[in-house]
Amino acid sequence: MSRTASLRSGAVQGPDTPPDGSPGVAPVLSVEGLTVSVATAAGPRPLVQEVSFALRSGETLAIAGESGSGKSITSLAVMGLLPPNVAPTAGRVMLGGTDLLRLPERRMRAIRGDRVAMIFQEPMTSLNPVMTVGAQLVEAIRAHEPLSAREARGRALDALRAVRLSEPERRLSQYPHELSGGMRQRVMIAMALALRPDVLIADEPTTALDVTVQREVLDLLRDLKRDTGTALVLITHDMGVVAEMADRVLVMKDGRTVEEGPVATVFEAPAADYTRALLAAVPRMGARPPAPPRPVAGPPVLALRDLVVGFDTGRGLLGRPTHRVHAVEGVSLTIAPGETFALVGESGCGKSTIARAIAGLVPFSGEIEVAGRILRGQRDVTRAVRRDAQLVFQDPAAALDPRMRVGDLVAEPLAIHGIGSRAERRAKAEALFERVGLPRTALDRYPHEFSGGQRQRICIARALALDPRLIVADESVSALDVSVQARVLALLKELQDELGVSYLFISHDMAVVDSIADRVAVMYLGQIVETGTRAQVFGDPRHPYTRRLIEAVPVPDPRHVRPPRLREAREIPSPVRRRGDPPARMALRDMGEGHLVAEA
Amino acid sequence: MTDIALPEPRRRGTLARLARRPLAFAGLVVIVLTVLAAILAPWLAPYDPNTQHFDGLTLQGAPLPPGGGPDGAFPLGTDLLGRDLLSRILYGARTSLVIGVVANGMALVVGTLVGVTAGYFRGLLGAVLMRFTDLMMAFPALLLAIALAAILRPSLWIVALVIALVNWVQVARVLYTETTSLAERDFVQAERAIGAGHGRILGLHILPHLLPTIIVYGTLGISTTVLLEATLSFLGIGVQPPDPSWGNIIFESQTYFQAAPWLVFFPGLAILVLALAFNLVGDGLRDVLDPTQRERA
Repeated sequence: MSRTASLRSGAVQGPDTPPDGSPGVAPVLSVEGLTVSVATAAGPRPLVQEVSFALRSGETLAIAGESGSGKSITSLAVMGLLPPNVAPTAGRVMLGGTDLLRLPERRMRAIRGDRVAMIFQEPMTSLNPVMTVGAQLVEAIRAHEPLSAREARGRALDALRAVRLSEPERRLSQYPHELSGGMRQRVMIAMALALRPDVLIADEPTTALDVTVQREVLDLLRDLKRDTGTALVLITHDMGVVAEMADRVLVMKDGRTVEEGPVATVFEAPAADYTRALLAAVPRMGARPPAPPRPVAGPPVLALRDLVVGFDTGRGLLGRPTHRVHAVEGVSLTIAPGETFALVGESGCGKSTIARAIAGLVPFSGEIEVAGRILRGQRDVTRAVRRDAQLVFQDPAAALDPRMRVGDLVAEPLAIHGIGSRAERRAKAEALFERVGLPRTALDRYPHEFSGGQRQRICIARALALDPRLIVADESVSALDVSVQARVLALLKELQDELGVSYLFISHDMAVVDSIADRVAVMYLGQIVETGTRAQVFGDPRHPYTRRLIEAVPVPDPRHVRPPRLREAREIPSPVRRRGDPPARMALRDMGEGHLVAEA
Repeated sequence: MTDIALPEPRRRGTLARLARRPLAFAGLVVIVLTVLAAILAPWLAPYDPNTQHFDGLTLQGAPLPPGGGPDGAFPLGTDLLGRDLLSRILYGARTSLVIGVVANGMALVVGTLVGVTAGYFRGLLGAVLMRFTDLMMAFPALLLAIALAAILRPSLWIVALVIALVNWVQVARVLYTETTSLAERDFVQAERAIGAGHGRILGLHILPHLLPTIIVYGTLGISTTVLLEATLSFLGIGVQPPDPSWGNIIFESQTYFQAAPWLVFFPGLAILVLALAFNLVGDGLRDVLDPTQRERA
C-alpha cells in the first residue's frame, strides 16, 4: 500500500497490513445487504434497508441524500457507533476478511481509528476543549500503537504537517478554541490519518465550514487520499461536493439505495426519478438567465447609512473592556420596493448583525431608514417600525416557541400589535396558512409535529401576518434540504410578485443568492467589499475576495475542472481589535452603473 | 408536495392525560385522600388529638402499641402521654399540608420572581438580585429561623414564612440560569423582533418553559419542607405543643424509638407517602404539560 513520506517519516511501522488481498482488485470495505433498525414500542422499524456497496483502496465513494435518508446511520453502523436502541439486523460489513458487525466491542475498539477512521461534521464538538491538540493527537496514536510519548509526538507533528497546518509545532500546544473552524477540521483529519487507516469515513466534513474553508478542506482531503491511498467514504447532502470529490456515488432516500454508479454517469444520465429531481433542485451559479432590473418605484423600503455595530469584550483592569468586536463597520445600502437584496459573506462578516440591528435586537449607530422612518439608535426601533420589517431566522425549529400552537404563533404578531378580534386573527392565520401552502387543520398543532420545510413556511406566514414592507431572511433556507429549499425559494418569489414585499436575503450560499437576488452586496469583516446587480457581482466580480468566494463554490458538475492551487491554513483576520484601534474603512469605487468595488 | 403531509395526532385534556399515567394518577389519589383526611379529621378521628387517655398508657406509664387498649381502642397505639396516635396523625396532616403547600408555594413564587427577573433583565438589577440571593444562601437557615421566631410570636404561619425564606434561594438560582439561556434562544429573539413586550415574552414564552423545573422544585420541596417544619417544631419555634404535626410527633418520640417504634414509623410513613405522591404527580405533570412528549403519553 502506498503511503506518503510525510505521514511515514519519524514513525515506527504500525501493525501488519490487513490481509485484504491485492489492492485495486479486492475491495477494502464491502457492505452487503446492510439493514439497520431502531427498536420502537411497535417493534423494530428499519432506518436503513438492504444497502450494499464496495470500496476499493484509493477510491472515493460519496453517499448522498437528504436528511433522514439513512446516510449517517449507514456510516455509524460501519463504525459500530450506532446509538442505543439502533442495531444492524441483517447484512455484513466486511473489512478485509472480518465482518465488523460480528466483532465484540473490545475488538471493534482496536479497529476503530486504526483501520477505519471517522471525521464528523462539527470539529469543535469532536475535540475535547480542555486538552491541547497535541495531547489529543498523542492519545489517539498511543491508544492504538505501542509508541513512546516522544515518538507519538513526532507522529502527531507529521500528521499536522500532512494536513498543511501552518506552524505545526505551535499548534500542538494550542487548545481547540484557539483554532479556527477550518484548522480544527484539519486537526480532526490529522487525527484520523495519523494511524494511516484503510478507510476514512467523513460525515459531512465541510458542512459547518465557510465556503472558502470548505474549498481548502476538500482540496486537502483529495490530496491526502491520492497520496496515502486511503479509501474515502464521503457522506454529504451537497451535490457539488459529490461532483468534485467522488469517483462513485450512492444516492439514498428513506433508508434505501436509489441509485449507484460512477459520478459522471449519475450526473449526466441519472436513472432514478429521485436523483433527477434532486439534481434539478440543486441551485447552480449562473443557471438563472440575467433578468432586467426591476423598475424602481417610490422611496426605498430600507436604507442603511453608515451603519456601525460593535460590542465591547475582554476584561482588563476593574472589568473594563479591552477589545471591541467591529461587527458592522460603516455599511450603506438601499433596497427598493419589491426588490430582493442579498448580503453574502462568510461567518463573522457581520451580515447577520445587520439583520439584528434592523430588528432592534442590538444597539447601533449610524442611520437605518425603514419605510420612511429614520432610526438613529436601538431606542428608535418602535413597534410601528417592527410592523414594517419582519425577520425570518435560519433555524425554524429554534425560532418557534415549542410550547405554543402554530396557529397562535402565526396570529401572535397581530395580537401584539392589537389588530382585530380573536376570531379575525384566527381567520387571518388560516388565510396565511393556505397562502404558504399548509392546511388549515394544521393550526392547532405544535411546531415539533412539522418537518423543517413546513416549519419555515410557518415562520414565513408569521412574518407576513403584519403585511410588512420588508422581510429580512437571515440564512432562512440554509438549514433545509435542497428539494425543500427549492420549494421555499419558489414560495418567497411568489409572495414577492403577489404582495410586492422586499427581501433582505442574507446567505452564505452563493448559488442560492444567484438564484433569487436582484442586487447583491459581498461583505468581509464588517464592510461591503463589492455591491451591484447580480449580473455585475457574479458575472463580473472585481474584488479579489468576491472572486475567491465564487471560485470556492463546489460545482455540481463532474466535468468541471478546477485549476490546482496550493493552500495552507492560515489564521483568518478577526473583527476583534484593541479598543481605540478601529479598522480602516474601505472606500468604494464606482465601476459603472452602480457596480461598487472596494479599493484593495 | 411531500413536505405537507402531517401525522394525525391524539388530543386529550391535561387531567385525562395525567390519568393515563398510572403512577401519577396513584399520586393524585393519595394527595386527594390526604387533603380529605385533613379536612374531615374531626369526623374521622376517633378522639380529640390532645386528650390524654387514662387507659392510653400501660401501668408502668409506657405508650400502648398499635391495636392496644381495651378492645383495640387505639388502632395505631398511643404516644408518650397516652394520646391516640391515629387522631394525632390525622390532625397533624392539616399542619403538614398547610406548611408543605403554603411555605413551598411562597418559596416558589418568590424564587421564580427573583430568578426570572434577574435572568431576563440582567444588568444592574440582575446583579443586585443575584448577589442578595447569594447572601441568603450563605446565611445559616436555622439561625435565620430562630431569629425570626424570636422576634415574632411562634405560630404555624411564621413557620411557613421562615421555610419560604430559606427555600426560595435555590429556586431563584436555578431559574436564573435557565432564564438567561432561554432569553438568548431564537424564539425569544423572534418575539422581540415582532415587538412583543416584556410581559408577553415572560408570561407566554419563558415561564411555560420553566414550568418543568418549577414543578420539580415544588414537589421535591414538599418533603424537605415537612422535615424542616419538624426541626423547627423540635427547637420550639414551630407548631406549639400540644398541637400535632407529623414532624413534631416524630421529634417528641425519637428518644423512645427503640421502645415504641410505631411512634416514629407511622408519621414517618405518612411523610414518605405524601412526599412520594407529590413527586409522582409532579413527574407526570411535567411530561403531560410538554407538547413534545404528547404522542408518547
